[in-house]
Amino acid sequence: MSNSQAATPQYDYGVVKQFSVMTVVWGIVGMAVGVFIAAQLAFPALNFDLPWLTYSRLRPLHTNAVIFAFGGCALMATSFYVVQRTCQTALFAPALAKFVFWGWQLVILLAAVTLPLGISSAKEYAELEWPIDILIAVVWVAYAVVFFGTVAKRTTSHIYVANWFYGAFIITVALLHIVNSLAIPVTLTKSYSVYAGAMDAMVQWWYGHNAVGFFLTAGFLGMMYYFVPKQAGRPVYSYRLSIVHFWALISIYMWAGPHHLHYTALPDWAQSIGMVFSLVLLAPSWGGMINGIMTLSGAWEKLRDDPVIRFLIVALSFYGMSTFEGPMMSIKTVNALSHYTDWTIGHVHSGALGWVAMISIGSIYALIPWLYGKKEMHSVGLVNTHFWLATIGTVLYIASMWVAGISQGLMWRAVNDDGTLTYTFVESLKATYPYYVVRMIGGLVFLSGMFLMAYNVFKTMSSPAASGNTAAQPA
Amino acid sequence: MDINTWRGIATVLAFVAFIGVCWWTFSARRKKGFDDAANLPFADEANHENTLKYNPKHEKGHGDKE
Repeated sequence: MSNSQAATPQYDYGVVKQFSVMTVVWGIVGMAVGVFIAAQLAFPALNFDLPWLTYSRLRPLHTNAVIFAFGGCALMATSFYVVQRTCQTALFAPALAKFVFWGWQLVILLAAVTLPLGISSAKEYAELEWPIDILIAVVWVAYAVVFFGTVAKRTTSHIYVANWFYGAFIITVALLHIVNSLAIPVTLTKSYSVYAGAMDAMVQWWYGHNAVGFFLTAGFLGMMYYFVPKQAGRPVYSYRLSIVHFWALISIYMWAGPHHLHYTALPDWAQSIGMVFSLVLLAPSWGGMINGIMTLSGAWEKLRDDPVIRFLIVALSFYGMSTFEGPMMSIKTVNALSHYTDWTIGHVHSGALGWVAMISIGSIYALIPWLYGKKEMHSVGLVNTHFWLATIGTVLYIASMWVAGISQGLMWRAVNDDGTLTYTFVESLKATYPYYVVRMIGGLVFLSGMFLMAYNVFKTMSSPAASGNTAAQPA
Repeated sequence: MDINTWRGIATVLAFVAFIGVCWWTFSARRKKGFDDAANLPFADEANHENTLKYNPKHEKGHGDKE
């Protein structure tokens, strides 16, 4: 506060801009692959009998691209921005921050080459083989050094709550990635996990569920805790609630992983622990949702006037919805119906499209004008159109997968009086077909919004005549 | 000791930790500090403007000299 104008730090926005642009690029790539594989499920001939285009190889490409390329770039862009602005200091080790950017892009390119070639360790969301895993670990440690170095040299006395969430995300993802990826290499492109049997499954889903909890939740909550108050122009509803729900969220998420392994070889007591912790998780999850939405309390008209706020708040609504659905699906008797059906896919996308993508898109729409000294995006109307495309796309996607999933679950469990199955598997597949088409259309609608975003972001960045220059003239 | 005794102790400790976090957070002494922290997103506009105006990487070729 006592700093003179001359001593005020200049923030490092270069790496933030790079990550922001790549968020949009990888969003389009990852979602386009998603739409393509959704089309393959409806129309299997679309694999063209080429091994590189089979669903089994492209599906991990889709998940890696949307989670780690699109989501990862959005998290890195916003965390590097937020940590500087709330700590009121420039990035620590800016050269290392550049390495984080180029290293992460290299990881993504290597994934895009190796996965279609069929090079995979076959661990869900951790398919990349050991040399890439080592590169990820190195880049991630560099990311942690830059982030925590910046926090350490802050000129403010408090560490703003967004940085706590980003910090938990960075530390935990390092831990999860390194432990789950421990493997014995056989060749350059093949390795075997050091874990075996049920232990391997438990480590994998400890990783997998905490990737949801810390990558897709804690990280994006960090984004929420900066961009919702900033865009709404008022501080967060309750700073105290943010502290309590932070500690509750991170300590409970760790134990929820076993719900992915209900009715498997995992011991029953471990399954029950996973179910109970998943149920408790509803409370801290909704703490975050309420805190974000209630930030608008008394200023609800912003929801009508500002499509960026609408993106952020609807994202929180989907977050609340999927964090209610998740605990419900973790109940063993519900899971007996839902597991292995497309209900799970619907649940994941209610979180991935509704929460993760919409909070990222809203944040990037807020961030781009700030970075380039503009008042707002080139076209606020297009932001509004994108909002409706994203919302309709998400609803089509999750509604079709609910119907598909519950139909599958009911058909698979139906038995005749003599104990034989009522339906063959292929009958359930036939029943699913129309919903696969609806899902593909939903994905296509969502993807089309991303093209509007790319155009809008490009025009905002490249238009020199906007408020940026007129503001710069007097100086 | 029986493992169930340890499980009981662990549950009690987790509960005490939660109550501790709530007690620490809601103590009246910390209100002022939390209010300051909550306003951090709005506290640095000068630095932000400074960066937009003078960062040579941002305004290539102009803006870095008066």
